[in-house]
Amino acid sequence: MSKRIDVKDLNVYYSKFLAVEDVNINIDPKSVTAFIGPSGCGKSTFLRTLNRMHEVIPGARVEGEVLLDGDNLYGPGVDPVTVRSQIGMVFQRPNPFPTMSIRDNVLAGVKLNNHKISKGEADALVERSLRGANLWNEVKDRLAKPGSGLSGGQQQRLCIARAIAVEPQVILMDEPCSALDPISTLAIEDLINDLKDQYTVVIVTHNMQQAARVSDKTAFFNIAGTGKPGKLIEYGETHTIFSNPSVKATEDYVSGRFG
Amino acid sequence: MTTTSLTKSRGAGRAGDKVFSGATLAAGCLILAVLFGVALFLVVQAFPALVASPDKIQGGQGFFAYIWPIVVGTLIAAVIALAIATPVAIGVALFISHFAPRGLASGLGYVIDLLAAIPSVVYGAWGAAFLAKEISPLYNWLADNMGWVPLFQGPASATGKTILTAGIVLAVMVLPIITSLTREIFLQTPKLHEEAALALGATRWEMIRMAVLPFGRAGIVSAVMLGLGRALGETMAVALVLSSGALTASLIQSGNQTIAAEIALNFPEASGLKVSTLIAAGLVLFVITLGVNMIARWIITRHKEFSGAN
Amino acid sequence: MTSTLTPVRKRSALTKGQLPKAAPYIVLALALIIGAAILALIGFNAFGWGIVAAILFTVGLVGWSAAVEGSRKAKDKLATCLVVGAFLIALLPLISVIWTVLVKGLPGLLDPGFLGTSMNGVTGAFDNKSVEQGAPVMGGIYHALVGTVQITLLATVISVPVGLLTAIYLVEYGEDRALSRAITFFVDVMTGIPSIVAGLFAAAFFLAVVGPGTKTGAVAAVALSVLMIPVVVRSSEEMLKIVPNELREAAYALGVRKWRTILKVVIPTAISGIASGVTLAIARVIGETAPILVTAGFATTINNNVFGGWMASLPTFIYTQILNPTSPSNPGPSDQRAWGAALVLIILVMLLNLGARLVARIFAPKAGR
Repeated sequence: MSKRIDVKDLNVYYSKFLAVEDVNINIDPKSVTAFIGPSGCGKSTFLRTLNRMHEVIPGARVEGEVLLDGDNLYGPGVDPVTVRSQIGMVFQRPNPFPTMSIRDNVLAGVKLNNHKISKGEADALVERSLRGANLWNEVKDRLAKPGSGLSGGQQQRLCIARAIAVEPQVILMDEPCSALDPISTLAIEDLINDLKDQYTVVIVTHNMQQAARVSDKTAFFNIAGTGKPGKLIEYGETHTIFSNPSVKATEDYVSGRFG
Repeated sequence: MTTTSLTKSRGAGRAGDKVFSGATLAAGCLILAVLFGVALFLVVQAFPALVASPDKIQGGQGFFAYIWPIVVGTLIAAVIALAIATPVAIGVALFISHFAPRGLASGLGYVIDLLAAIPSVVYGAWGAAFLAKEISPLYNWLADNMGWVPLFQGPASATGKTILTAGIVLAVMVLPIITSLTREIFLQTPKLHEEAALALGATRWEMIRMAVLPFGRAGIVSAVMLGLGRALGETMAVALVLSSGALTASLIQSGNQTIAAEIALNFPEASGLKVSTLIAAGLVLFVITLGVNMIARWIITRHKEFSGAN
Repeated sequence: MTSTLTPVRKRSALTKGQLPKAAPYIVLALALIIGAAILALIGFNAFGWGIVAAILFTVGLVGWSAAVEGSRKAKDKLATCLVVGAFLIALLPLISVIWTVLVKGLPGLLDPGFLGTSMNGVTGAFDNKSVEQGAPVMGGIYHALVGTVQITLLATVISVPVGLLTAIYLVEYGEDRALSRAITFFVDVMTGIPSIVAGLFAAAFFLAVVGPGTKTGAVAAVALSVLMIPVVVRSSEEMLKIVPNELREAAYALGVRKWRTILKVVIPTAISGIASGVTLAIARVIGETAPILVTAGFATTINNNVFGGWMASLPTFIYTQILNPTSPSNPGPSDQRAWGAALVLIILVMLLNLGARLVARIFAPKAGR
């Protein structure tokens, strides 16, 4: 149920502008990897290239390889849609589909792709996914209500349930707690801990305490200045990055001296 | 190419993407084709009238002699309409955007939009049956007291079915267009500019003159141009209200004609070269309104780039 | 007006040199009285009274303000009077049109059989009889209603797919390409095409393709489509644009294809706005007269075939009944029918406008907690 990601010599461009330069990183299966760094350093951009979501932005393109258990995401004949059904994503702001009920939101990945599914299977999938997202007990009595009626934290967990319902190998999270209050954030962090038993999780966060709390490994991104490309500065075990980093810039950042 | 878990994609879905985006592209191109077709078919069908010998065209003096009085008539009617509608429309727009109580403003805007919802033929019927009759005493008065001005030369039409009446009806019809466009622009005035003016001790009117009107000037011009485009092409108000005739300078006698009304009145019974002549007239109208609208759109686009409000 | 902005409790340094709060009402009362007096001298009518009173009110209030408050405040008062006056002037034709249509149209509408019969076989002789001997007015608008519904329906069937797909292209696929900019520009230009030119286009097109004298409901529907498509494109485009990008991204991230995302996520989210835009577009073309006049001809009988034969419609019915009364010597019955039809047409248009608002509310995504 979980695959590794290896990135080789990856450059990301917006039209002619080089946004992220020369990233090499190996992400283990069934682990939580955190990307940290100052705003605009390209960590979210890089995250999007891991399931080809950057292609939604006009002009964005990459050079290099991203291997999912050895298969190149950017190889010839690879359909971005297939990539995204194996590598799911959760966004900064909770975005349940406003026209759908809670149940239909969970089933969205299945139903929107027009896969046939029996009612029994659907019910089982809904319960399994919502339980997986620690949301089942809160919403089991109102599955037919609109998803937009939930609180922000519940909406975000609904989005996570929606992402795991398509049974991906990897889950990418782009600052999933930045729009949430501390209690909801705690619930999501607990959930991330549970998710790594089954999935490879990659999370972008602005919050260094969060990175320290949830991740096994941490990658620090930085830019030399405005208009310069973002780079991967240091990547290692989370406790090493936070207690004994080998690069000065990392130490400055994690100790709060800048950014 | 090796087959991996990533390359065994479902072909049907991919084709769906192609078909769907192709369909949207085709629809967009169809619109361009239709507009091109409008121009092309009008030219093709108008061609016989443009090359026919002058004595075969209505009036016996060729197409140009036929068309220019009704072009002038069209312009007269449109100018009257704008002269009346512009100040009123700007006033109404200001009233809704800056004078009316907040709670009432949107409701009042809806009332003005109702003016736009009434079909043109109903305006035409109203102009012919009500306005023309009610306004003819005014025309008599104008003829008696202001007759020395060529525009008001008597004798005034007894029925009141004159180009001035048609122009007033047109003014009512373009009023909501100009109002809604200028209202939008007045509402976009940067609040900071308005508050800066008020903080300097300006009265409401001084604030409007200092902040709102300068900001909206380009928008007002383009709104008026769009109103002009509508007034030039409006048919029913003139066809029903005006008792048409030769070109005259007096606005309160029967006479004058507009292109649109000329077509509407004659096309149903026309045949042969007459059809071509009327289509050629339509082509002239098309070119005039196209020019007016393009200028208006150009002003709006240029204004958008410079306004800095976005 | 301004007195409502500065509540006067007692005279203070801040309220010195202002008109009393009741000033506008005092001036209004005086203006009404003096206006009535002047009108009584030269012959009273309500319209003139209103005009004279408005002028007196403006002059009085501005003059008083100039004397007490100075020229800046006076100018402000003058501007306020003019702006409010402009609004009242704009209301006059609206009230007058609706009143005229109601008064003249109700007898026609209440005439038994008005909605259920056509003008088939109704000749001037019947009208003369009804004027001279008081027989009921014959004839009705059934054929015109049938024509209007069919022509408008066909125009909608043509316009909505084309307009909606174009809007989807502009919002989802256009990406600011030259082609999408060209389409946007020409759609704007198209909204300015005079309706009669649209009619001439359809007539010229069928004249070239099918042959001279082709006048059917379908030709009229094509003409109306030329007017309707740009309205549908503009309103749908606006509605698609306000669908948050996050929803599209959420669907893509689930491995959903773009076309399914658009059909199953974007359009359902925007459907309320799209539907109300389409309804407003229908309301706009249902009252068009000139394009139908030059494309569908006039008919006095019921024609159920939109693809063959001349066809009547409500607007052209009104137009012909006024311009060419069935009985030229006694236009009264024709007038009555025309105003009855006008009342029906206005009711239809108002219902469509109301419907558009209801549709927007009913289909709007619910956020119920």
